Amino acid sequence: MATLGSAPTPVEASLPISAPAAAAATPAPRHSFLVRLTHWVFTLCFFALLVSGLEIVVSHPRFYWGETGNINTTPLFKIPIPSSRNLVPTGYGYVLPDQNGWSRALHFQAAWLVVIAGLLYALHGLFAGHFRRHLFPAAADLTWRNISSAVASHLRFERPTAAEAHSYNVLQRLAYAFVVFVMFPLMIWTGLALSPAFDSAFPAAVNLLGGRQSARTLHFFLTIAFVLFLIVHLLMIFLAGFLHRTRAMVTGHVDATKEAK
Amino acid sequence: MSVVSRRKMIVTGLAATAGVTGLGVAAHLANQYGLVPPDGGGLYGPGETLTYAAQRLLTRHSLAREFSPTQISAHPLANELAPLSDEFKRFQADQFADWRLSIDGLVDRPASFSVAQLKSYPSRSHITEIACEEGWSYIAEWIGVPLSHVLDLAGVQPQAKYAVYFSIEKDWWESIDMADALHPQTLIAYGMNADDLPVGFGGPLRMRVPRQLGYKNVKFINRITVTDSLKGFGKGLGSAAPEGGYAWYAGI
Repeated sequence: MATLGSAPTPVEASLPISAPAAAAATPAPRHSFLVRLTHWVFTLCFFALLVSGLEIVVSHPRFYWGETGNINTTPLFKIPIPSSRNLVPTGYGYVLPDQNGWSRALHFQAAWLVVIAGLLYALHGLFAGHFRRHLFPAAADLTWRNISSAVASHLRFERPTAAEAHSYNVLQRLAYAFVVFVMFPLMIWTGLALSPAFDSAFPAAVNLLGGRQSARTLHFFLTIAFVLFLIVHLLMIFLAGFLHRTRAMVTGHVDATKEAK
Repeated sequence: MSVVSRRKMIVTGLAATAGVTGLGVAAHLANQYGLVPPDGGGLYGPGETLTYAAQRLLTRHSLAREFSPTQISAHPLANELAPLSDEFKRFQADQFADWRLSIDGLVDRPASFSVAQLKSYPSRSHITEIACEEGWSYIAEWIGVPLSHVLDLAGVQPQAKYAVYFSIEKDWWESIDMADALHPQTLIAYGMNADDLPVGFGGPLRMRVPRQLGYKNVKFINRITVTDSLKGFGKGLGSAAPEGGYAWYAGI
């Protein structure tokens, strides 16, 4: 990643923050306190949910479509790993230690924390203008030319311009908006649809997804989508400079002297 | 410090105070209205309590989804069982003719029922899905006598809060709150798919709690105790599941 900084990027950015006069006053933070707080709560929960979720999957690494599915029925697909239960014919001659107890407890506790943080984030997004100012792309930016040039620059692994330290580019906005408004709600929905008690009160929650096993399979697909998002997210942060981007998400402020040229 | 950030700090401080106060009030109310599960302490207590409280408020009277006869699984799965005890096998040898289900605790008329007696009471059946915490599931028709009917026969006392039920097999017991115990779909099941309940699926008698996961549906039950406190049972966490690290409330 270090070589990427050598790309000669023309910088026209003369941002207000870099002007000496503006630097004297405390600038508005790049990331508001609530965005930073929820970001790190989500980060913590993400790994708790991922590890505990995979642990739960290990007890039955088979996925089905429709309402029901078990080892007597044909799976949609199997994950070729050993299982933590003797019940599942995996082809491996051994059974992994069963860790479902704490995994389930951690999974649901982290899910509650994510939902609570998510509600706070959504209220902040709606009422403090975070969605409008930072997540929704400007209509003018949503041209094919604009998007394709952003895609091309990403594919060349170009280091982002200094301006992008202060405002998300159109691809970032689309990606974050997709995570916040599509993937996140679907993850919660498919998770809740696995609850027999929740489904008794809201049967449509599971019926609309095509059944309980479909909900479980979709929940797993969404996990893959979230992991892919995380990989790209981390890659982009390394590209932009891991330390100062992370510092901005901790302190809220961009160190102008450390930004790209 | 600028005016904006001072105002922010005051707002944040007020919000935090309101939040902590709110949590305190919520915890007090939850306890008062029986929304704290018996395993609501410890590291994962907050998550368990939130789930149980939220679902009790949302689902107290809701009915588990019922399916059409065409949706009954052609290949239901009987989960693995530990080798059955000699005691069970003795009952099995004469087709469970001597099997008894006793009911005691906070009831006016402690009693014990044979399988034939239970079958003589008004039956109810439902075609519902049973899901294992591992992830797999099947749909079957379950036939039995509503637990509420047996509780009525025994005369449950008003201070009752939980029904505890035991398998003949060692260390296999669970409990449910009265919302689930009196729920119309909660059955003492003796039949499955228009036949007697096979041993692999819990016959002669299995507690069938369709709004909770498979592990609350204890097989081979022979005793029910009604109580107002789970403290005196096992480690006081409500059932065998939390002693093995699983949630007492399995509505998820």
